[in-house]
Formats: sequence, C-alpha cells, structure tokens
Amino acid sequence: MTSESVMRLMVRFYIFLFFLYLFGPLLMMGASAFNDAGYPQVVPWQGFTWKWFGELAQDQKLVDGVVNSLWIGLGVVCVSVPIGLAAATLMMQVHQRFRTAYYTIVVSPVLVPGVILGLSTLIFWDRLGTRMDADYESFYYNGIFLTVIGQSTFISAYTMLVFIARIQRFDRTQEEAALDLGATHVQVFWKVLIPFLRPAIFSAAVLAFLTSFENYNTTVFTIQSESTLTTALASKVRLGTTPALSALAVVIVCVTVVGAVVHEILRRREAAKEAAAQEAAKRADNAKDMAMVAQTAT
Amino acid sequence: MSADVQLDHVYIRFGDFLAVDDANLQINEGEFFSFLGPSGCGKTTILRAVSGFLEPTQGEVRIGGQNMRGIGPNKRPTALIFQNLALFPLMSVADNIAFGLEVRGISKFERRKRADELLELIALQGQGDKMVSELSGGQRQRVAIARALAVEPDVLLLDEPLSALDLKLRQHMRTELRSIQQRVGITFIYITHDQGEALTMSDRVAVMSAGIIQQIAPGETIYDEPETAFVASFVGENNPFFGKVTQADSDFAVINSDVGPLRGRNTKGLEVGDNAILFVRPQALSFAEGAPDNTTSFEAAIKATEFEGHFQTVFLHGSGHKDIAMSITNDGTPAAHGPGSTVRLAYSPDKAVVLPQGAMADE
Amino acid sequence: MSDFLTTFLALLLALLLAPYLQARTDSVAKFIGGFKFVQHNGIILSLYLVGAVGIWMIGMIILPQLYMLDFSFRFNLPPMEIGGPDDVYTLKNYEYLIFGSPGSPDAFNFLHLTIFGKTILAAIFVTLINFAICYPIAYYMAQVAKGGSARLLVLCLILPFWVNEILRAFAFRILFGSGGVINELLIGAGIIDQPYDFIRADIALYSGLSYAYILLMIFPLYNAIESLDHNQVEAARDLGSPWWRIHFRVVMPYAKPGIASGCTMVFMLTAGALAAPQILGGPSSLWFTQIIYQWFNTGGNWPQGSAYAFVLLLACLVFVLAVMRIFKVSLGEIAK
Repeated sequence: MTSESVMRLMVRFYIFLFFLYLFGPLLMMGASAFNDAGYPQVVPWQGFTWKWFGELAQDQKLVDGVVNSLWIGLGVVCVSVPIGLAAATLMMQVHQRFRTAYYTIVVSPVLVPGVILGLSTLIFWDRLGTRMDADYESFYYNGIFLTVIGQSTFISAYTMLVFIARIQRFDRTQEEAALDLGATHVQVFWKVLIPFLRPAIFSAAVLAFLTSFENYNTTVFTIQSESTLTTALASKVRLGTTPALSALAVVIVCVTVVGAVVHEILRRREAAKEAAAQEAAKRADNAKDMAMVAQTAT
Repeated sequence: MSADVQLDHVYIRFGDFLAVDDANLQINEGEFFSFLGPSGCGKTTILRAVSGFLEPTQGEVRIGGQNMRGIGPNKRPTALIFQNLALFPLMSVADNIAFGLEVRGISKFERRKRADELLELIALQGQGDKMVSELSGGQRQRVAIARALAVEPDVLLLDEPLSALDLKLRQHMRTELRSIQQRVGITFIYITHDQGEALTMSDRVAVMSAGIIQQIAPGETIYDEPETAFVASFVGENNPFFGKVTQADSDFAVINSDVGPLRGRNTKGLEVGDNAILFVRPQALSFAEGAPDNTTSFEAAIKATEFEGHFQTVFLHGSGHKDIAMSITNDGTPAAHGPGSTVRLAYSPDKAVVLPQGAMADE
Repeated sequence: MSDFLTTFLALLLALLLAPYLQARTDSVAKFIGGFKFVQHNGIILSLYLVGAVGIWMIGMIILPQLYMLDFSFRFNLPPMEIGGPDDVYTLKNYEYLIFGSPGSPDAFNFLHLTIFGKTILAAIFVTLINFAICYPIAYYMAQVAKGGSARLLVLCLILPFWVNEILRAFAFRILFGSGGVINELLIGAGIIDQPYDFIRADIALYSGLSYAYILLMIFPLYNAIESLDHNQVEAARDLGSPWWRIHFRVVMPYAKPGIASGCTMVFMLTAGALAAPQILGGPSSLWFTQIIYQWFNTGGNWPQGSAYAFVLLLACLVFVLAVMRIFKVSLGEIAK
C-alpha cells in the first residue's frame, strides 16, 4: 500500500462521510414519513403507512400557509422581475465611475441578514401608515403586502444578476437598427430587447418564486398575524413534531425532483434543435451562395 | 422619393479627438456616393452623423434641405445597413423586412404584401418564413437591404456591407447593389475601405483621411487626376518621387528627384522651390528602348519580377529610394531584362502628376 | 378682506410671472430631454428605469434602514403619542443592551451581552468548521474530479438544498432527538446507556448550522480553486512539497477571494439565523436574533428590537470589513 493509494482511500472515505452528512438526515426524515409511529423516527420501525400524507392534506394551517406562499410568490415575481430588469439595464448605462457605488447599494440587501430586512420593512411601513393616519385594515399593515415588499428587496438583486448576465450578450446594433427603421424607444424595448431576454425573464421569475417560497427570516417579521408555508411549518415544528412534517418534506423533494428532470429534458431538446438548425444552415451556406453566383454569371 | 444630403462645415469631436474636420459636401438626389478611406479616417463617423446616431459638434447636416439637428435616428428619412447587418435573429425573414412597417402601425395584410414584393426584388421569393439563421451570408445581405428599402427612405446608408463576404460573392454583390440602386432611384451613401468597390459602383467618391475630405470626384477623375498626395497613393498603385520643384509653368513642372530631373503635369499650380512629390503609375512606365522622344527617362536597377497573370510587375531600386514598381503586359515575349541589370525607364510626362508634399497613405 | 387681497395679489403675480415660468419650463424640459440618458432611452422608458430602480433603492433599501435606525433612538410609545411631545430621541434602547433595566441589581446586562457574544463567537466557530469541512470537497471537485463526475458531485450537492431550511433543521432534530437515530446507534453499540441530550448540549445546533450553509461555502471555494492552474500544484509536488504545504502556500492564497466570500456569507447567515436556533436550540442556548424576534413579537417593544438589530448589523459590517482587510480583497470580489 503506497502512501498515494492510502491518501486516495482517505479522500474517498472523506467524500463518503461528507455525503453521508449531507444526505443522511434527509433520507432518515424521508423514511420516517412512512413509519407508523407517533413520533418521527426510523427506529424502531413500526410498519409502513401512507397515513401521514393524508394527515398532511388535512392540516388547515399548512394548507392556508401554502396558499399564502403561492400568492406572495406571485407578487414577488411581479415586483422583483421588472425591478431587476430596470436595475440591470440602468447598470449598463451608468457612468463607469458610479458603477461600483451603484453595484454596492444594489447588492447590499443580499448581504444584510434577512431578519433586519424584514423588521426594517415592517417599521418603515408602519410609521408611514401612522403618518398617513391609515386605517388598521389598510395595506400599510397588511402581512401579505409587507412580505412581498420585504422579500422583493433582496430578491430583486438576484433577478438583476440574472438579467445582467443575459444583457451583456445582447447585440446593441439591433437596437440601433430598430431605431433606424423608425421604431420608438418603447417599441425597441418591447419588440427587440424583451424577446431576446425571454429566457432570462423566465429564469428570473422561477428564481424569484422559489426564493420567495422558501424564505423564512424576512417573512417571519413581515407576515405578522398571517402565515406562509415556512412560518406555519416552523411554528408546528416548535410546538410538536409529527411524521406529517416528514411527509411534507418528501412531497417537496418529489415535486422539486420532477420539476428539475422536466426542465433538463426540455433544455436538452431545445439545445438539440438549435444545433441541428445551425448545421443545416452551415451546409446550405456555401452551396446557395455559389449557386447564385454561377446562375447570374451565365 | 429621394433627397439630397448636405454637410455644412461639419466638425465632430470626441473629447480631444477630432474625428471629422470641416466636412463640406453636397450629395445629389439619386446619386450613388461613396466615402473611401482607411479605417479610422472618419467615414463611419460621418455616416452615423447623417443617420442620426450622433450630432455634429459644429455645423449642420441637412437632408432634403432640412436641418437634422435634434432629430433622432428614428425620425430621419434615412435607413442604415449595418456592417454586421443587425438582422433580428428571433424574427423570420419576412418579419425582419416588414419591421419598419410594423412599427408604423401598418396592417398585417399590407405588411405581408410589401414583404413579398421586396422578397421578389431581392430574388428570395417564398423564403419569407425562414429564420435568419437558416440563410447564407449573401442572402442575409440582401434581406438587410430589403428591410431598409421597406421603409422607403430618401437616403440609404451602407456601412461596409460587403466586407464580410468572400471575393467572388463580393464582386457579384457589387453589380447587384448598383442595379438595385438604379432601379429604386434613391440616394445611396456607401462607405468602404475597398477602392475597387468605391470606384466601380459610385457616381462620385469622397476620399478621406484622418477626418479630412481629400477629394470629391467621379471614380475616373480620382484615379487619373488625384489632387493630394494621399489620394494619389491610396487609390491604385502609384510610384512617388520626392523632390523640390526646379521648373514650373501652368502645364508642367520638373522636380529634382534622386533619380534625376522628372517631369509631370502641374495640376496644382506649384512654383519653383516648393516641396513636391511626382506620381507616376506602374502601367505608365516602360523600358526606354523604343520610347518616343518627348518622354522623361531615368535609370534604375531591377530587383525582382513578379508574375501576376496577364501582366508582370517589375520591382526596381531608385538610388536611396523605395521600390519602384513597373507593370508590363504579358504578351508572351520572354523578359527582356533580368534581376540585377540596370535599365533605363521612360514615361510620358502627361501621365505623371506633380502634387504638393503631404501625408501619403500607409502601405 | 385680507384673504381677497392676498388671492388677488397672488393671481397678479402668477400672471406677471407666467411667461417667464413658461420659458423656464420649456428650457427645463429641454434640459431634461437633452440629458443623454433620456435621449438614449426615450421618456417613457427613462421614467420606468429611473422609477423602478429609484423605488427600489430609496423606498425599499435605504429608507427602511434609516427608519429602523431612527426608530432605535425613540421611546416605545403607543400609537396615540407618536408625534406628540414625548416622541423625542433617546439612547435608552442602546443603554438597555449594555446596562440592563434600571431596576436590576447587576451592573451590566449580562444576559443579553453574553448572548450577543456567544452568537458572534458561535458564528465564527461554525464558519471555521464549515470551511474545514467544505475545503477538501471543493478542492476535490475543482482539481481532481474529471468533468462528468464533477458535474455529478455538483448535482449531489445541490439536491439537499432544495429541501426547505426549516425541514432540514427538523431533520436534524429527529436525528439528534432522544429517540433519534444517533442515540439509538450509540445505545445499541453500548457506548452510552441513556439517550444523550444533544440538543441541550448545543451539538445539534452547531451541526445543523454548519450543515445549513454548506452550499454557500463550497461554491465560492470551488469557483476560486477551479481557476487555479493545476500545473502549479504539480510543480509544488514535484519540488518535494508535502500535501499540507501545497494547500497552505499555493492553493489557499490563490483562492483567497473565494475563501473570503464563503466565510463572509456563512458568518452573516449564521449570525443572522433564526430558524435553526428556534428549532434546534436547547433551553440554555438563545441566539441573538431570537431576542430581537421576542422584542417584536411578545415583548412589544419595536424600538428596542431595532436597536438590537442595528447592533447585529454593525457586527456583520465589522466582520465584512475585517475580512476584507485581512484577506485584502475588495467588496466586488465578495459579492459573488
């Protein structure tokens, strides 16, 4: 046994331990979802059951939480995607000197702890509401509204980053060509820029939705008396644990895995189509040009 | 509909850099006008100023007599064909062509009709539904032209449109473009660094260097009667001989070059003592034996000869001078002289021109 | 009477000034329109761009933070009295953090101060553990694994993090609980005969926290190490350098920005963590964020909470600056 192979063995062992650490807890939690025991556990195994999934579906608080999470997710997409797009476009046009300062301010919400974002949003709107002498039921104090705002504060930075990456590959001369042909600036935006950004818009929207859906730190302050899936889950976990929560974890993982697989399949199909089209174009290129030249030369 | 274009004392400055220095010219309605010059000479800048993407620092750009200051590119009666074509990759060919009509709110039916008409004009009928990426380079070129023509501009601007195409295709496209222009009848402003294109296609050519317009004239005139050292050295092959003017009258001048006194036409009215350059083209030189009496001649040593197909180029030394190039038609007779031999060359003085000393084109 | 006169004079003034104002607004409009920015984008788009980013920067980032800061210097007044005579600035909230309530026998607010100290120290501790765990994997993925298996590893890493952080913390709770697998294993192996209270001992919490932000440490490290030319490692090995020295002298200095980035993110997320302490924290451990949460929730004292939050923010800021100074990296390199 050379020191090389001993080293390699140790490395392999370490990787094994690492992934055990990474997956172990989750696998066990997943397994406990099927264990017919009053408390989520794997040993002792008391029989396979689906009943926890059933209980999950009937838990009103969790269901309410999911519904709220969906609405909030939608709201966050509608707010953070346009803001991210504007911020990315603006960044490309900002004078070199100001760019770092701009970037720092814009990226700062990502670095600030979520709890601080949540409570500062809460305070700001609360005071604004008091100043406006607003009705208690109005939006200034509304948990859903505040959560959308609070989450969008940092999620817009994420969407902005997605857009920046895509915009940098945009061919500016297309904008100029469109203008030259008589389009107004708005028309250029809608007919040339947005179609180009469509994949980025989609990615940004998905990113925004998922980030919003699983957010806790900021939400727990802004949501106040209402709840999202994460806050409902957290309070349940603190009060008492049942395997129904393990069941929830299994459901979430399954949904995510299915989503990821579907996404990958679609992506591969798109890439294959594009490659085929480009091949065809390349082959046709020379042939057509030469044919045309020959034709008119006769 | 077509319009004339005027540049009136136009200066364009970028910070400290003067890209266009006092451009004054009038491009006539329906003319095929080219700007010719090396990269960085300012021709692209002028094009962008005419199309509206930048405003001159000083001076006026007038299209059809109307001052264009403050009018953006989308409001000017011009259409620009970009060097990289800038076709919209996410739209079909027909949609690309009809884009200018779409943004003007023209109905789908009308747009389709017009697109079909233009597709016929550029010989791509029936290909409207293809995507741009499925077309060849030459086809894309024509789509770009059709797209610009669809908005019926008064002036069509072309930014080195043929530079990305290979040689045979380029030559074919030259004739195509010229015939399209004659059919449609609008003013074409064409910029290029390729003299062949400029001289064969245009009604008139403006030769530019370092922001300054050197000469504006039809192609033949530019070739035969260059007005500055730059034009003489940039357009076609030309042999420069440096010296001071020793004799001068209204028709001819003689300079004392380092191969001896040389005589040429004095088109710029030079006087004795002026620093000058005499230019004579390679095809105007021949061996002195058998040359008529009124020629000017000088001695030089042959360095090398190159076979170029239907003519030969002979490279010679002048004393302390760069290569002189002489062009002789290849009529089948074997070379009269070989490398190393000293020969006497002659040319007729009205085939040479004496111009004021000035910056020449880089090799 | 005086009302009428005032109105009349005002109207007269307006009429006299009108043409002057008109000319001014025209030139103002031209001035704005002349701005290269508006020219480049058109008026509508300019409004959208500036408006959206303005609302975000000012209304969502800057102002709320300023309001929180302002709030931290105020008394905890019921809504009626806000804006009234009692609404003045005070240092009371910050004093409370340090000195405790006026009626208490202790000289300082030991409870909260120790909690703050513990939180920061624990965050640093977790960051270091996290780094130690993740570095080998990141190095392996970046330099040793071939293309296909590297991508597989990346996928395997991302997978667990699709599960919500709450559920992940929950999984650890099951794991470390008195009836959990680890205890069962230890009892079964005969190492102990009573279930060990991992939760009370904070072991569950620290494991859970180290786990939570693995991704955020691995990826910056991976990106930084990946761009290292493997030949440098080979060269060092060739020169007879032992593996630990290769890492300390060649790889880590090169990967400094990645290390700084990863450590900063993990520290800030750990110090600011709320879910894991709430779920995995035993009765004796209290995280600073939990105190803040209490002020806002059951304690009903928002100004106090704001003061504490601001202190937390300062701590994070100090940490970032310290890391930037120690590692000699700039902010741009840290923010991914």
